[in-house]
Amino acid sequence: MNVERLVSMANDIARYFASEPDREEGIAGIASHIKRFWEPRMLQAITAHCRDADGAGLDELALAAVRRLGTGGL
Amino acid sequence: MLSIVENDLGTPASRAVTTVSLEIDGKTVSVPEGTSVMRAAAMARTAIPKLCATEMLDAFGSCRLCLVEIEGRKGYPASCTTPVAAGMKVKTQTQKLGQLRRGVMELYISDHPLDCLTCPTNGHCELQDMAGAVGLREVRYGYDGANHLAAKKDESNPYFTFDPSKCIVCSRCVRACDEVQGTFALTIQGRGFGSTVSPSQNDSFLASECVSCGACVQACPTATLSEKSLIQLGQAEHSVVTTCAYCGVGCSFRAEMKGEELVRMVPNQDGQANHGHSCVKGRFALGYATHADRITTPMIRQRISDPWQPVSWETAIAHVASEFKRLQATYGRHSVGGITSSRCTNEETYLVQKLVRAGFGTNNVDTCARVCHSPTGYGLKQTLGESAGTQDFDSVEHADVVLVIGANPTDGHPVFASRLKQRLRQGAKLIVIDPRRIDLVRTPHIQAQFHLKLKPGTNVAVLNALAHVITTENLIDEAFVAERCEGPAFAKWRAFVSLPKNSPEALEADSGVPAAEVRAAARLYASGGNGAIYYGLGVTEHSQGSTAVMAIANLAMATGNIGRVGVGVNPLRGQNNVQGSCDMGSFPHEFPGYRHVSDVAVRESFERAWGVPLHDQPGLRIPNMFEAALDGSFKGLYIEGEDIAQSDPNTQHVTAAMSAMECVVVQDLFLTESAKLAHVFLPGSSFLEKEGTFTNAERRISRVRKVMSPKAGYADWEITQLIAQAMGYPMNYTHPSQIMDEIAALTPTFTGVSFERLDELGSIQWPCNEAHPLGTPTMHIGEFVRGKGKFMLTEYVPTEEKVNARFPLLLTTGRILSQYNVGAQTRRTPNVMWHDEDVLELHPHDADVRGIQEGDWVGVESRAGDTVLRARISDRMQPGVVYTTFHFPESGANVVTTENSDWATNCPEYKVTAVQATRVSQPSDWQRRHQAFTERQLDLLGQARSPAP
Repeated sequence: MNVERLVSMANDIARYFASEPDREEGIAGIASHIKRFWEPRMLQAITAHCRDADGAGLDELALAAVRRLGTGGL
Repeated sequence: MLSIVENDLGTPASRAVTTVSLEIDGKTVSVPEGTSVMRAAAMARTAIPKLCATEMLDAFGSCRLCLVEIEGRKGYPASCTTPVAAGMKVKTQTQKLGQLRRGVMELYISDHPLDCLTCPTNGHCELQDMAGAVGLREVRYGYDGANHLAAKKDESNPYFTFDPSKCIVCSRCVRACDEVQGTFALTIQGRGFGSTVSPSQNDSFLASECVSCGACVQACPTATLSEKSLIQLGQAEHSVVTTCAYCGVGCSFRAEMKGEELVRMVPNQDGQANHGHSCVKGRFALGYATHADRITTPMIRQRISDPWQPVSWETAIAHVASEFKRLQATYGRHSVGGITSSRCTNEETYLVQKLVRAGFGTNNVDTCARVCHSPTGYGLKQTLGESAGTQDFDSVEHADVVLVIGANPTDGHPVFASRLKQRLRQGAKLIVIDPRRIDLVRTPHIQAQFHLKLKPGTNVAVLNALAHVITTENLIDEAFVAERCEGPAFAKWRAFVSLPKNSPEALEADSGVPAAEVRAAARLYASGGNGAIYYGLGVTEHSQGSTAVMAIANLAMATGNIGRVGVGVNPLRGQNNVQGSCDMGSFPHEFPGYRHVSDVAVRESFERAWGVPLHDQPGLRIPNMFEAALDGSFKGLYIEGEDIAQSDPNTQHVTAAMSAMECVVVQDLFLTESAKLAHVFLPGSSFLEKEGTFTNAERRISRVRKVMSPKAGYADWEITQLIAQAMGYPMNYTHPSQIMDEIAALTPTFTGVSFERLDELGSIQWPCNEAHPLGTPTMHIGEFVRGKGKFMLTEYVPTEEKVNARFPLLLTTGRILSQYNVGAQTRRTPNVMWHDEDVLELHPHDADVRGIQEGDWVGVESRAGDTVLRARISDRMQPGVVYTTFHFPESGANVVTTENSDWATNCPEYKVTAVQATRVSQPSDWQRRHQAFTERQLDLLGQARSPAP
């Protein structure tokens, strides 16, 4: 999968949840959205990107959410 | 000419609940208060002669044929304009009445061509009928006096003729255009004997403002206005009620047939979505169904550069199954998928997703709603608990303030637009939020109170600003919110929208809308009585499409404008079965009824019914399929009725993805843009050739009925079933009603739906179950589907698609009345007489600074691609914004649009593309390549149709 595209998608989701006053709730919202709507190979690609490339390009909230997904923390 | 089967009762039905008893010709009759004497008589099976009266229109009282005698009243009142009264005693047939009526008929007939035997309406002409009814035996005036018999026939309209020699100047056509359609294109010009019907200012019908809805043709009591198909083919011998396959209004029609030949489509007076009205597409643009371009033989080829090989159905189906099995064996189970279409029936889309989930064993199924209303599904589910609009169309009759945002109903949903305009002419207020001055802003007898002419991409900013005014000016319906909505979420939302950054003043620079106008519009919506919001793709097709939908739901909840008639959140769905295709589980993450694939109980219910284990993870969305194809992990795609190569954004990207697949199967009527990139072509069936159901924008499920045999031998659901069987997954339906029975058994909101029940009720708005056995016209009464309504935060996040020095204009795209989506159907009809190419609309200032004149070729370049279109200079555009449609493949509108998409659903941001426009003298490189590719593909098709000896 095109990781650049996935990073962009994750950042778009994060920008929506950024207005959530409770940061934790925002991160949980991003992670839940990705888990709920992304096909497994997309999920694997973004978590691999997080693991292998430090999540380059991911916004702070998106990175936190993807890390949480990578550790199965949802 | 009215339908051959409907019994016209002369005047509209009264909606009164109290009844009145009267005596008509000695018979006691009880009818609703307000009913005309004419209608009351007709209800008692007493036909009073009439010519200017039809139940389509308000009573007019001009023909003087329906005179009656009423005990205690002087003279001979017209029964059409006389309401019933308790105890009234009416005589409809007396010697004097007969004499008066014959006198009237003598005058009519003295100026009428007596060519009944060769007249297209012979046998269904109301003038002819009335001559018989009144016992006309002679015309004392003779036929040699002044007359209109030499008046010239107007044949300019491609679908109907206007023969003034047959006109009796009853004004039914004029009134139909005014009252029903609301275009006011016709008038009676002149006085007395010189009175004639005139389109616009003595124009031909084609050159006039007429929108060819056909209401006048239907209303005409003689053959003055007649369908050309009726003239050519003669009258039908039977009619079948079915549902239109164009927009999301879902009009009910009577297909009038001679055997298997369609004579004409007549909108069904009993149609619960359209109440007897139609538009130019649904009534007339049917020629595509029998067009010579229809492909009726299955074809296969190894590579898209190969000639097509016509094969038998057995060979084609076996080839598809063999290829998909090979791909799954080679690349894995999830290397294949399917795409359903909103143009297909519920039963067809249900079967495709079942084939993909159960037959292929993957959730890689998506639908074209991905690129239109997927944000509606997401946004309304989050806030209200159900992925659907909240009202029926009739609800608009009770609206006091109508807010239309990102929708152009007069072009996209014309029959609903007519209903809306009727309400607006009665005095309801109108707020339009749109970058363009759409027709609704100012149209005969209608002027929007506010047109918030925002910049493309700023819907959420404006919606937040409206909410800001409502919260900070104490316009919240506190009681409603306290009772019906989640308190903490509301408090959070209230604090958010009240922030100064969300004020109209703070957002004015972004949105371009003067703050004072936003404030006034917010006050009107919140305090003007019943407030109803109608929206379209101008809301959803943005990077913040889902956010905007949630912002709309927030507004409705905050003002208590939801959960009753006359209010609500009303998505105007683009295609006929967008709602249905979504309901049927076409999205990769959910089963029918919007239930997530990870829900164990739901999944198990489908596993039990379908007899196979099902995948518990979401599948690929359409744009994800493209990425996976380019990545090499997605190799096979079954597309039923959708043309992704024309309708999806950045078509060069789509084309590259499709070219990377090893087996693309397209099931369609024509060699579409996608079919040109396919390895297998399976000839599909038009809506006239199959049984099924469509679900319109008001959740109304209506029957589609077969009126002719499938041209290629199979209805689409049968083809899907054949593929399933060849893949080794058993499907053995013998009729689509069995598919609906399965849907009902598995989907709580459809429990009470069956073909039998639909035949009985005419149509059903889901949810239809034990709690709502007759369906649900208005949702969320008393309680939201999710329990308490949930306010969602809607931060305005500007799109990343920004103008700069290189791309200084914003392109937004849309549709036009006479064409439909990718145009595969309407381009193959005479509708091209109104629109034969997509053009670029731009403001005079933008044209002027670029040296662009009306009709010039203009190069349109974006970050994604470039194309060339002709210029149309229009002050309905705002400076800095240009507009085009996407009905013609060669125009390449979606070569220019980008892959930016809604954050929640990946619905493309068609409505915002930064472009430059430059005067040019030749087609773009893409257009040249496209033309060459098209010519090559047509040549390959031609070889298949006429194989070398």
